[in-house]
Amino acid sequence: MDKSSETDPAPDVKASRPTGASGEAPAIEVRALRKSFGSLEVLTGIDFTVARGEVVCVIGPSGSGKSTLLRCVNRLEEPTSGTILVAGAEVTDPDVDIDKVRRGIGMVFQSFNLFPHLTALQNLTLPQRRVLGRGKEEAARVARERLARVGLTDKESSYPAQLSGGQQQRVAIARALAMDPELMLFDEPTSALDPELVGDVLAVMRSLADEGMTMLVVTHEMSFAREVADRVVFMDGGVIVEEGSPAQVIGDPSHSRTKSFLSRLLDPAAAGLSEDRARGTKE
Amino acid sequence: MSMTRRQRTRVIRSVQYAVLAVVVLAIAQAADWGEIQRAFFDVEVAKAQFPDIITTALVNTVIYTLLGFGFGLALGLLLALMRLSQVPPYRWLAIVYIEFFRGVPALLVFIALGFGVPLAFQVAINQYVTVMLALGLVGAAYMAETLRAGIQAVPKGQTEAARSLGMSQGRAMVSIIIPQALRIVLPPLTNELILLTKDSSLVYLLGLSLSQYELAKFGRDALNQNRSLTPILIAGLCYLVITLPLGHLVRRLEARTARAR
Ligand SMILES: Nc1ncnc2c1ncn2[C@@H]1O[C@H](COP(=O)(O)OP(=O)(O)OP(=O)(O)O)[C@@H](O)[C@H]1O
Ligand SMILES: [Mg+2]
Repeated sequence: MDKSSETDPAPDVKASRPTGASGEAPAIEVRALRKSFGSLEVLTGIDFTVARGEVVCVIGPSGSGKSTLLRCVNRLEEPTSGTILVAGAEVTDPDVDIDKVRRGIGMVFQSFNLFPHLTALQNLTLPQRRVLGRGKEEAARVARERLARVGLTDKESSYPAQLSGGQQQRVAIARALAMDPELMLFDEPTSALDPELVGDVLAVMRSLADEGMTMLVVTHEMSFAREVADRVVFMDGGVIVEEGSPAQVIGDPSHSRTKSFLSRLLDPAAAGLSEDRARGTKE
Repeated sequence: MSMTRRQRTRVIRSVQYAVLAVVVLAIAQAADWGEIQRAFFDVEVAKAQFPDIITTALVNTVIYTLLGFGFGLALGLLLALMRLSQVPPYRWLAIVYIEFFRGVPALLVFIALGFGVPLAFQVAINQYVTVMLALGLVGAAYMAETLRAGIQAVPKGQTEAARSLGMSQGRAMVSIIIPQALRIVLPPLTNELILLTKDSSLVYLLGLSLSQYELAKFGRDALNQNRSLTPILIAGLCYLVITLPLGHLVRRLEARTARAR
């Protein structure tokens, strides 16, 4: 594991982005995180930090524990041991009000998980009203603003089944944004999409990053990671093998496992095809 | 064989039609049509049933059924949630309840509530309440299992999305999971409503005042007065007026669900 980047996470790239005032707690701090499913140890000691305003992309082969790591951060998975702090609050504290912690953490899933019985607008207003206690008018106003932000103003009264995958995922992002999160988690947000729909979703994520949102993104989209991430984390076998700037990890990886993962992902046979396709042939 | 397969099929078909024709003719010959009409469809008797059979009996059947269904649905939902609870005693209680009420005849439940409880506890219960409880207690056992299956059929990602937005387990259940589960189980729940409509006829066991008569009791009473099956036939048709459209609705709902998959 690259210990140096933990204490000094790629300062060169970070400087270009608005970050929180110094002295504030980092957005995410993970210490000695372990997670087992029964006898299967999926995460075997993870340490890493995401600074406020930072965009971190997590890459790695299937089954390496990327989703599990992400889901531990908002405790959709219960860590077996270790500590996770989000904005200084200990998520892993058994006495913590987990619902309150989750309000500040937006999560976007590979399979969108929109509420199919509600319209796009209602998908955004219901959580605001039930969780944040916002009034009807305010919730609708915020919802319309967020839908506009993802370019779906005209779809507010559509049901999820009437939307394309790309539109559904953008509504899902808008739904998370409507809760005014301080941090966004993305778990392969474009993996379930047809190649031609990936771009719209990535564009939304890119603009979010530009606005200074703290983002932890599991992705196979190497061009996105290269262009948008402040830092790339490569995971394999439940540990962080390597982390650093995109130029280091993707451009010039130092570990053989990273190299072989990247060469499989960017298989010459798939050159010219989108990275989506390249991934499709791998799995 | 000199016949082709096609010819043989045609002969067999013809024989089937011939047998049917003979049977129908024989019955028509043997039957005393005047007698049959008097017994099953005496126009005078039929006329005399209206409008009460609609304004009192049919209306009461609908009221009893809806009371039972409403109470049963609420209790069924509670039982389904208990059945899915993390707390084992809740699960056991729900299982015992469901197995018990699915296993005993509804008739027995009506007798217990209509006669047993008033005698044992020396209380007079409003008949509408008795019917609501009796129909609901039995219906709840069936609806609980249906609802549990519906709740489990909602994808896990829905709960995860709701929880990740900061909803509590209960809030996610009420706002996200149960509305979807109800849509999924709408066809079987409508079937349950049809069954309850028919079970509501068990009310006839209870001592009812005239204004509380439902279709079965009404028909039974009119049968005694007129010595004609006509009221029973009309009562039966009235049940069909309720159950056939509901059955049609179930098929349409099922087709819609099948299309959505
Ligand atoms: N709920 C669970 N129960 C048992 N095993 C699980 C569970 N969730 C994940 N696993 C296992 O944990 C390992 C890591 O899973 P995880 O989903 O975190 O991998 P991933 O890196 O996200 O892979 P992918 O790229 O395919 O999404 C896998 O071997 C998986 O089978
Ligand atoms: Mg995953």
